[in-house]
Amino acid sequence: MTDALAAHEADVDAELLTINLGPHHPATHGVLRLLCTLEAEVVRDIKPIIGYVHTGIEKSCEDQQYWKAITFVERMDYLAYYFNSHAFVMAVERLLGEEVPRRAEYLRVIHLELNRIASHLFWIATAALDIGAVTMLWWGCRDRDRVLDLFEMSSGQRIHTRYFQVGGVMEDIPPGFDAKCREFIEEMPTRLDQYEALLDQNEIWLRRTKGTGIVPEERLLELGVTGPLLRASGNPWDLRKAMPYSVYEDFDFGIPVGTVGDNYDRYRVRMAEMRESLKIVEQALEGLPEGPYITPNRKVALPPRHELATSMESLIHHFKLVTEGFRVPPGEAYVPVESPRGELGCFVLADGSAKPARVHMRDPSFVNLQALADMGRGCLIADFISSIAMLDPILGGVDR
Amino acid sequence: MTRASAGASSTRRKGRKKLPDATGLELVAQSLRERHGDEAVVDSTYYREQATIEVRPESVRDVLGALKDDHKEGYDFLSSLHGCDYLPEEPRLGVHYQLLSMERTDRLCVKTRVGVEEPTVPSVVDLFPTADFHEREVWDMFGVVFDGHPDPRRILMPEDYTGHPQRRDFPMGGEPVLFTFNEHKLPRWYD
Amino acid sequence: MDVKREKLPASGSGAGDGQADGGLRVNQLRAQQLLRGELEGRDLEEYVEERVLLTKLDQAQAWARKNAIWPLGFGLACCAIEMITAIGSPRNDLARFGAEVIRFSPRQADMLIISGRVSIKMAPVIRRLYDQMLEPKWVISMGACASSAGMFNNYAIVAGVDKFLPVDVYVPGCPPRPEALMHGIIQLQDKITDDPGLGWRKQYEAEGSEEVA
Repeated sequence: MTDALAAHEADVDAELLTINLGPHHPATHGVLRLLCTLEAEVVRDIKPIIGYVHTGIEKSCEDQQYWKAITFVERMDYLAYYFNSHAFVMAVERLLGEEVPRRAEYLRVIHLELNRIASHLFWIATAALDIGAVTMLWWGCRDRDRVLDLFEMSSGQRIHTRYFQVGGVMEDIPPGFDAKCREFIEEMPTRLDQYEALLDQNEIWLRRTKGTGIVPEERLLELGVTGPLLRASGNPWDLRKAMPYSVYEDFDFGIPVGTVGDNYDRYRVRMAEMRESLKIVEQALEGLPEGPYITPNRKVALPPRHELATSMESLIHHFKLVTEGFRVPPGEAYVPVESPRGELGCFVLADGSAKPARVHMRDPSFVNLQALADMGRGCLIADFISSIAMLDPILGGVDR
Repeated sequence: MTRASAGASSTRRKGRKKLPDATGLELVAQSLRERHGDEAVVDSTYYREQATIEVRPESVRDVLGALKDDHKEGYDFLSSLHGCDYLPEEPRLGVHYQLLSMERTDRLCVKTRVGVEEPTVPSVVDLFPTADFHEREVWDMFGVVFDGHPDPRRILMPEDYTGHPQRRDFPMGGEPVLFTFNEHKLPRWYD
Repeated sequence: MDVKREKLPASGSGAGDGQADGGLRVNQLRAQQLLRGELEGRDLEEYVEERVLLTKLDQAQAWARKNAIWPLGFGLACCAIEMITAIGSPRNDLARFGAEVIRFSPRQADMLIISGRVSIKMAPVIRRLYDQMLEPKWVISMGACASSAGMFNNYAIVAGVDKFLPVDVYVPGCPPRPEALMHGIIQLQDKITDDPGLGWRKQYEAEGSEEVA
């Protein structure tokens, strides 16, 4: 009898419960399904199941002209839409051998960094909501609305603006943009101070995030993780500094790096990144050069509308670009950019026609998700939820 | 190969980090040929400042292992592993491995081509654990079988889906768009 | 002294609209008549009806339901960001319309906002969530991808969520502005008061039927 009882008790201790943190869940930041194997409240294994928002964007792009594909590609990582389109547009420009005017590059950088700030604001809003600090949801959304107002000023849309075009940007910024942007830059640091005052020294926040979700740096590199997750564990790898592209060499900014690599460091790294982005936007506004906002090559970029009334050639170019689109000589290009979540790479295979033969985005969230299993093993389920929040997965990019 | 700077409107490059240049690429290709046999490396291209080495499917693991371990400051980071369908060229399916060396800030693309009839490529999950999800996606979307992958299941499509959607001969799917000339002919869901 | 008594015009406007006719003077005179006990029969009934708010229990129920819709916390893709902005941003605050209580359990929620593209893998999950919700329930299809295929007319997307769910309000846009979503919710509220508790049943002529899951 005692043997049976002992065996039963041993059994009970080793009993693992597999639950399904289903695609519909408040804390999974999108439709991520996790099969958690739990022992009491300690996570033993995590298996992510993705694909619930797979849209076939990459295949749809093969059916569209290059400039139409920009709108498709934007909708992958739906918080960092400028970065998606930037990677794609840079790949196409590389295949064409096209130069981008400096003013366009500066405008691109302004919008990219503003988008980085908006993405991090939304991240902190939802991450804090998951952990319990509901006030951050209101504050984060409030400031994000101000950034989206700036985007609306420059391109007419808040989200998915198709502002980046092959060869430059769609339109120049309107007259009031500069003043409004400077207003935002001046006010934002005090707002960030408020957020940090709320969370940095907060007992509950510290208990939830300090020491949880630690993955060693070598393991992160093995898993292909980049972005704030890698920087939080001490590796200062940032494509803007390490392999600069666009005009990032003109700006003076720092790369915040953490020490331990736990969730608290990830939070601090992203908050500091927002401050650095504000610096970049300010420098870009100061140094914004004059010039065209899109390449003058009429074979690639649409001519300005006033020319259509006077020049026959412009009319022909316009017609050709709108009906068939420009043709890209055969070749392959892979261009990585530094998105708020890590290395976002765009692979374009061109076959000489007006439609891309293959568009693939190396999405950072797709790769970072592989680190979830390592983050989860051995910690409490509640800490695992805060790990998911700090990982910042965007399922649109994961599933594409 | 420097970028031609056409006047003041071009983007300036100051203090450009060294990217793999054409000669460096040839040296790498040569050393790989010496190690793994002449037929391992099929081709090496340097186009628009990007270096690509094409290898045969059987030697993918050896080549990637060599690039990772043997060179000083080797290519130890796998940025991306993606598939490609080169229809109508044969062999149709291509698998690209984007390698990155963080110390030397150097990128290199290793690519391999397989046909649809025998789409088998050795898996590199033990060399680069990041390849786990990537290889599952290439299997799901293109049908390339990765030998030795611990978990060869579909990742993006439902588990019981048939077909490999991103092949070029797979139909796009979707519905015909309703216009006035065809809306009466198409059956609606409530019919 | 000759006191002139005017005959008031018959209030033919029907229940619920008594204040509009005749203007202030008329209403004053009628109030005077009531106080003197001079309104009789039909006049008295009409007078009372016009001024009492809740005339039928259905209308009361509809009013209560529309002002306290509990959305299911469900977001798929980019439209979910705008939905969260509509609910959570101080600028467009959905709590003004009573829809701030987001319940994540379908058993406790009234409204399902399909915000984002519905892939073929997710469709059965959404159907299950919808089946678990209790009557009365409403569905808002937010965005182009949920209403039709949106821009993604391909193998992986269900072209419009109305292929497997009955939808009450469609909100177009890619993504719709938060104001557009709020307009959609207000339209849903109007719809609730018009067809209390029935919603889609009238549209698809399914009154008196029950869903068998």
